[in-house]
Amino acid sequence: MGIEGIGARVLRKEDKRFITGAGRYTDDHKVAGMHYAAFVRSPHAYAKIKKINIKAASKMSGVAGIFNGKELTGDGIGNIICGWMVHSKDGSPMNMGAWSALATEYVRYVGDAVAVVIAETLEEAQAAAEAVEVDYKVLKAVVSAEDAMDPKAPQLHPEAKNNIIYDWEIGEEDATDAAFAKAANVVEIDIRNNRLVPNPMEPRSALVQYDAAEDHFTLHTTSQNPHVARLVLSAFYQVAPENKLRVIAPDVGGGFGAKIYIYPEEIVCLWAAKKAGVAAVKWTASRSDAFLTDAHGRDHVSKAKMAFDKNNKITGFKIETLANLGAYMSLFSSSVPTYLYATLLSGQYNIPNIHCNVKTVYTNTVPVDAYRGAGRPEATYLVERMMTTAARELGVDPAELRRKNFVQQFPHQTPVIMCYDAGDFGASLDAAMAEIKYDSFEKRRKKSAKNGMLRGIGMSCYIEACGIAPSAAVGSLGAGVGLWESAEVRVNPVGTVEILTGSHSHGQGHETTFAQLVTDRFGLPNENVQIVHGDTDKVQFGMGTYGSRSGAVGMSAIEKALDKVEAKAKKIAAHMLEAAEGDIEIKNGEVMVKGTDKKLGWHEVCLGAYTGHNLPEGMEPGLKEGAFYDPTNFTFPAGCYICEVEVDPNTGVTTIEKFVAADDFGKIINPMIVEGQVHGGLAQGIGQAMMENAVYDDDGQLLSASYMDYTMPRADDLPSFNVSTTETLCPGNPLGIKGCGEAGAIGSPPAVINAITDAIGHNNLTMPASPQNVWAAINDGGMSEAAE
Amino acid sequence: MAKVEITVNGKATSANVEDRTLLVDYLRETRNLTGTHVGCDTSQCGACVVHVDGKAVKSCTMLAAQASGSDVKTIEGVAGNGALHPMQEAFHQNHGLQCGFCTPGMIMAGIDMVNRLGPKLDEATIRAELEGNICRCTGYHNIVKSIAAGAKEMGKGMKKAAQ
Repeated sequence: MGIEGIGARVLRKEDKRFITGAGRYTDDHKVAGMHYAAFVRSPHAYAKIKKINIKAASKMSGVAGIFNGKELTGDGIGNIICGWMVHSKDGSPMNMGAWSALATEYVRYVGDAVAVVIAETLEEAQAAAEAVEVDYKVLKAVVSAEDAMDPKAPQLHPEAKNNIIYDWEIGEEDATDAAFAKAANVVEIDIRNNRLVPNPMEPRSALVQYDAAEDHFTLHTTSQNPHVARLVLSAFYQVAPENKLRVIAPDVGGGFGAKIYIYPEEIVCLWAAKKAGVAAVKWTASRSDAFLTDAHGRDHVSKAKMAFDKNNKITGFKIETLANLGAYMSLFSSSVPTYLYATLLSGQYNIPNIHCNVKTVYTNTVPVDAYRGAGRPEATYLVERMMTTAARELGVDPAELRRKNFVQQFPHQTPVIMCYDAGDFGASLDAAMAEIKYDSFEKRRKKSAKNGMLRGIGMSCYIEACGIAPSAAVGSLGAGVGLWESAEVRVNPVGTVEILTGSHSHGQGHETTFAQLVTDRFGLPNENVQIVHGDTDKVQFGMGTYGSRSGAVGMSAIEKALDKVEAKAKKIAAHMLEAAEGDIEIKNGEVMVKGTDKKLGWHEVCLGAYTGHNLPEGMEPGLKEGAFYDPTNFTFPAGCYICEVEVDPNTGVTTIEKFVAADDFGKIINPMIVEGQVHGGLAQGIGQAMMENAVYDDDGQLLSASYMDYTMPRADDLPSFNVSTTETLCPGNPLGIKGCGEAGAIGSPPAVINAITDAIGHNNLTMPASPQNVWAAINDGGMSEAAE
Repeated sequence: MAKVEITVNGKATSANVEDRTLLVDYLRETRNLTGTHVGCDTSQCGACVVHVDGKAVKSCTMLAAQASGSDVKTIEGVAGNGALHPMQEAFHQNHGLQCGFCTPGMIMAGIDMVNRLGPKLDEATIRAELEGNICRCTGYHNIVKSIAAGAKEMGKGMKKAAQ
């Protein structure tokens, strides 16, 4: 490792523009002829559109066009797709209802778009949108997943009887039932995983430029995966063929999953720009729009039971989960409560028999899709609350119960598809327990008790699956895309390097970490390497960034391309130096013949590649190589989080006294950036556990639709975190990377709730553990998990 | 319409704007200073913090007309003579930013904190003072470190200036 190579804490190259105000986010762009879009949105959760009257609005100043859903579908714009086919246990395909980017006959959630106004200024667009009169026949709405399955509930889509999208299962039910029949002990829990709003700080935005002469569109948008956006916009929504559509995701202010999807606004702005005959249209969400229309996360209700033998070894695990997918099926919504959730229900444990049944339903709420962790937080919350509950009921230490059941041998095939490739779960448990001084906790508990406070400790040993891959495997499970990644390494004649990647950075620091790979390999200064991403005209294709895949998959593609560059550079150098290719090594920016003083500067070899004056016979000039990397397995980051809390029994106010994270992310390229990812993930996980909650009333109005009502974690809600890592390399990719982007959000909620339930002495506590909920739990036994 | 005259980052500016124009829109749309961001519509997130006559203000909560006659400093005006401000440098050195969207507001709030409370800021003070700034990426851990480090550096500068 050099000072800027793999493993070094290299400061971020991208920082300068962000700390000086020179970042360029979508809404910062302005172009000639720019018009603005404003959407007319449904104030009702469920209603039939009787009539849309645009007479007054269309005469208002600056208005270039007002369009509705019938015009949209009439122009052949396709319905919004779900990219992952899930089959019910009876073999039938999921029951998917139609979702038009502008509603045609029914609106199904508050915020559903019914029309768009294009006008010269934002104020004019908004004023005209307010003047559009929509006559609705308001229908009774259904909001909770449990209610939605009632045959008497409002039926949202004709395709989905009783609002059920699919009734899916994984694992062997008979074998699992048999394990329970023989069990020495059975532990049961009911769990609710609260609904969350992702809230990246930059609201979504789209800027469409339409070149009428070329019939060509350029879309700047807040996307985690611009190439997927272009593919879907082109192939399914038919706004333009791919060669006539350039998608650029410039600086993007956070994603957390919410910016994976191609939303109605992008589709409508593309279509409406051309239809209105304007050169450009911009739309930027307000925070209120974001709450009402960004895909939400989580929202599961589960019943689970675990069987143990007389030695406290787990023999079976059975789970029933109900997931609320909202009013329409968003792009990856079907995969989140199935293949990204139930496949992780074995946790870090050797569980011979698992069966899980998942039902998903439509409700009159905003669509639910992947949010940081996507399914894996729900699995971890279930497994880790179960383990702590079981330890209490069995009368054993929670750490020892876990340790006794840890998977010790790798590879380990679970009964729920996943095959764990590597790990050392005991190592991270030991590290976390030592760091938090687990052994002396009871002393601290007594000290708190003297002050009238309740102290508790809780742990969570999580495992998750990252990379999201391999393509053939996800394809066999129903994914509509391949989940490889691409890279191109362009070495310039002067020896500087550009890396074009299909990954996209929206806070992850790729411009720094990806450059570290080049520095490490050739010894070039970090500043000589430029990362190019987020533009479909520059990078040929890529799958984008989500599922902690940019390290394990994106960087692996870069490594493969660098292998090819290195091989060619060595061939050229061997020829120039009249040496054997095998004797050439590249170090510190020099290309040398091992064991001699014969050498060339890296730039001389690069220039040689481009002058072509003295190349090996038959070799093409140039030094530019590309690679597509398709992983052989998921990667399995794992670790242990321990949280220590103090609860004020008079108020329910809970303070995190210490939070310790010990993660195994495999090889780490830049520890500074990895720690930052963990900090952010922990904040989101602790936010879910203690503060955040998306609440709809019975009529489907989102009550928590602003920062006044939805509790975002703030600086004084959180402690400083104590993070460390252990390392087992991932055998599945060339760098040994596992991924770190989601672990914090996945592992932390159960650690927090296990700590609070330890403090209050019983298990009856639901997320978020707000002071009100904790106080209620202390004073009246709490609210039941399943019924709020 | 209102005629506003605002000194922005040391330069006199003026324009006729609609009465309802917010200071943040004047900065972003009229002056093209897009470093000041809009992250919410309820004056909660602090992405739009600028300094008006030396005090931190959420520019989404002030009309441009109210700022007429004032001296406004935005993130673009913080670095001087080609050198980063110590608070900017501290955010870089301590990895105090990820996506960068909240960062301008955080830096402006951090500088204001030092201006009001002096350069010796403990963790609890910084966390409490950040009540009006939301970050979704960093978990605040490194933002708190950055502001403490930036404050310390600003303190050295203040000492030098006093000597």
